[in-house]
Amino acid sequence: MEEIAPEYDVVVLGTGLTECVLSGVLSVKGKKVLHIDRNDHYGGEAASVNIEALFKKYGNYNAGEEPWKKYGRVNDWNIDLIPKLLMSNGELTNILVSTDVTRYLEFKQIAGSYVQQGNGPKATVAKVPSDAGEALRSPLMGIFEKRRAKKFFEWVGNFKEDDPVTHNGLNLNTCTMKEVYDKFGLEATTRDFIGHSMALYLTDEYINEKGAAKEAVIRIRLYANSMARYGKSPYIYPLYGLGELPQGFARLSAIYGGTYMLNTSIDEILYDGTKASGIRATMKERGEEGDGMKFTTKAKKIIGDPSYFPGKVQVVGHVLRAICILNHPVTSTDNSDSAQIIIPQSQVGRKNDIYIAVVSSAHNVCPRGYYIAIVSTIAERTSNHHVELQAGFDRLGKVEEMFLGPPIPLYEPLESGVNDNIFISKSYDATSHFETTTDDVKDIYRRAEGQELVVEGLREGQNLVGEE
Amino acid sequence: MAARVPASARAGGARFAQFKLVLLGESAVGKSSLVLRFVKDQFDDYRESTIGAAFLTQTIALDENTTVKFEIWDTAGQERYKSLAPMYYRNANCAVVVYDISQAQSLDKAKAWVKELQRQANENIVIALAGNKLDLVTENPSKRAIQTEDAETYAKEAGLLFFETSAKTSENVRELFTEIAKKLPLDQAGPRNIRSGPRAGVDLRPEASGTQGAGACSC
Ligand SMILES: Cc1cc2nc3c(=O)[nH]c(=O)nc-3n(C[C@H](O)[C@H](O)[C@H](O)COP(=O)(O)OP(=O)(O)OC[C@H]3O[C@@H](n4cnc5c(N)ncnc54)[C@H](O)[C@@H]3O)c2cc1C
Ligand SMILES: Nc1nc2c(ncn2[C@@H]2O[C@H](COP(=O)(O)OP(=O)(O)O)[C@@H](O)[C@H]2O)c(=O)[nH]1
Ligand SMILES: [Mg+2]
Repeated sequence: MEEIAPEYDVVVLGTGLTECVLSGVLSVKGKKVLHIDRNDHYGGEAASVNIEALFKKYGNYNAGEEPWKKYGRVNDWNIDLIPKLLMSNGELTNILVSTDVTRYLEFKQIAGSYVQQGNGPKATVAKVPSDAGEALRSPLMGIFEKRRAKKFFEWVGNFKEDDPVTHNGLNLNTCTMKEVYDKFGLEATTRDFIGHSMALYLTDEYINEKGAAKEAVIRIRLYANSMARYGKSPYIYPLYGLGELPQGFARLSAIYGGTYMLNTSIDEILYDGTKASGIRATMKERGEEGDGMKFTTKAKKIIGDPSYFPGKVQVVGHVLRAICILNHPVTSTDNSDSAQIIIPQSQVGRKNDIYIAVVSSAHNVCPRGYYIAIVSTIAERTSNHHVELQAGFDRLGKVEEMFLGPPIPLYEPLESGVNDNIFISKSYDATSHFETTTDDVKDIYRRAEGQELVVEGLREGQNLVGEE
Repeated sequence: MAARVPASARAGGARFAQFKLVLLGESAVGKSSLVLRFVKDQFDDYRESTIGAAFLTQTIALDENTTVKFEIWDTAGQERYKSLAPMYYRNANCAVVVYDISQAQSLDKAKAWVKELQRQANENIVIALAGNKLDLVTENPSKRAIQTEDAETYAKEAGLLFFETSAKTSENVRELFTEIAKKLPLDQAGPRNIRSGPRAGVDLRPEASGTQGAGACSC
């Protein structure tokens, strides 16, 4: 086996999406990157796994049983451990296109975006209206409210950040979203679906925050523009599951010279004074005999996910997540092969929304006839987490198999990395899309490289060996 | 696996089919060099073996009416520490597993890659075994570490096409890819996502935006 280089510009630890995007971008920019993962697969916590691996991860079966056998070929399953969807006009789409990683992936639309109004048996689940025309047809609003909502959507559609004439006399940099809603006279239930199923806020904190209105309007516009792009919903999803995304960016990195090592554990982070200066590590495959291959290498910088730096991160919350296998579409989704359903917190007496993401064989993530629904929310209590997700389970109907683990801690780095040369990502949060993930990518890039990441034209002028 | 849109087309009797081809084998046996020879008819002695050709295409005309287009995926060096991703194998229609005829170990490694392919790739994948660096042996027969018969016997047993090749002199390179093309099921061709080819899913390119109504997605 060839020698590992004595020094790298960047050593990246963990192959989650954030790390893989950074690795890819840094390699394209000419940095010498060594990318390591302790696991035997790409994706880390955000991998997609087959159904046998899922049962084994959750351990919800008796010894000696092989419950996955009744679900067809295990490799026909690619089940996301963390559910997220791409906004079709969002930043991840932009990065995928700018880096040409779209060559390795294929996307499909998510068939519908829904929101719940009310609770229990009386709950209505309806399509989220995203423009003035849809607002007029929506069962979520009465006749007069529809007209007000139409006015609101028309205003959002015409809004231009740098043209105050389009701001309707509001100073969005200082006012609250409440003032905006008040101006259009929108009812509480309308505010609820706009804020939670379009702006995709998880709580109601945004409503009274001064100066948050602009951000909210931009989020609603992202939703509406994403919706307009392909027609059925604002979301797209990669065939074979989300685990394809980190793999695609890892390939980009490798093509530009990045070195990849799976099955490699970090024995020690080496320091020069207070600054990290390298790693000592061992590559050893599962079941491999002997001590594996031990090596030491220098690194100008280290980037990694929180699991590699337990002493340098803090817990900022816990996510509850239940992966459910169904053999029927989810009710009230027009028999769609896929959907996102948002249950705004206020509708079910909670502080945080409940999300349901549904994908199926149409996305090559399971055999024909099956549906994978992932129900998630932020934990608000210390026990009986099952109850916190109940409003989501109520939507699903009969569930063949449920995988529900303990609350999953969300980590954030304690420091920016300027002091120790270690730039740590955040855990994937509870949001339903990748916008916060790409924010984190840009934030880490800024911290590590001291400049803004510009992805537009990233590969222009780069001479890719052997490219057409 | 869900049905895929076949990327083969028939227009006025002419047949055009597109396939994904992957390369496998130990590091430095000449995978990237074989691709470079096949696609660009070039060879570089001092190529740094780490940097792989990214994503190349090459067409072969089998006869007047039949054209086969290969969408070629090189390993990009991810084979070196056994870190190839499942994405690499996914929907591969054919594979070239390469060893170096001057390196005794490399055929065993090639056999291991064939096993890995059988585990991870499509059942009906067409596999060719290529014993590369034939020029070294032609120049100096004592450099041969793997006998032609041994490799040939193995290839026969395992149902693989077999060639000894030289990326340097181009010996047997075109023949290798042509034989693969002949063995592919031309009527049900089709890797996914070649840029120029038909795509089953949504097109993310900016120019595509707004042009795909709900009907444009394949459902
Ligand atoms: C699997 C797991 C691993 C963890 N690993 C670390 C770690 O490496 N480093 C670290 O600093 N902290 C870790 N924590 C979190 C730690 O145990 C505390 O929860 C946290 O530091 C206290 O935060 P808090 O007071 O804001 O949370 P609280 O207000 O006490 O709780 C917030 C929510 O988190 C859930 N929660 C809190 N603690 C647990 C727990 N132990 N098990 C299950 N659910 C819980 C509760 O249900 C509640 O809904 C882990 C938690 C879990 C579940
Ligand atoms: N003599 C000779 N050298 C070759 C041949 N093919 C590749 N090489 C050399 O072998 C080394 C590794 O080749 P490369 O294509 O990078 O191997 P890869 O790691 O399998 O992709 C390079 O120095 C090539 O120049 C060949 O057919 N004959
Ligand atoms: Mg190579």
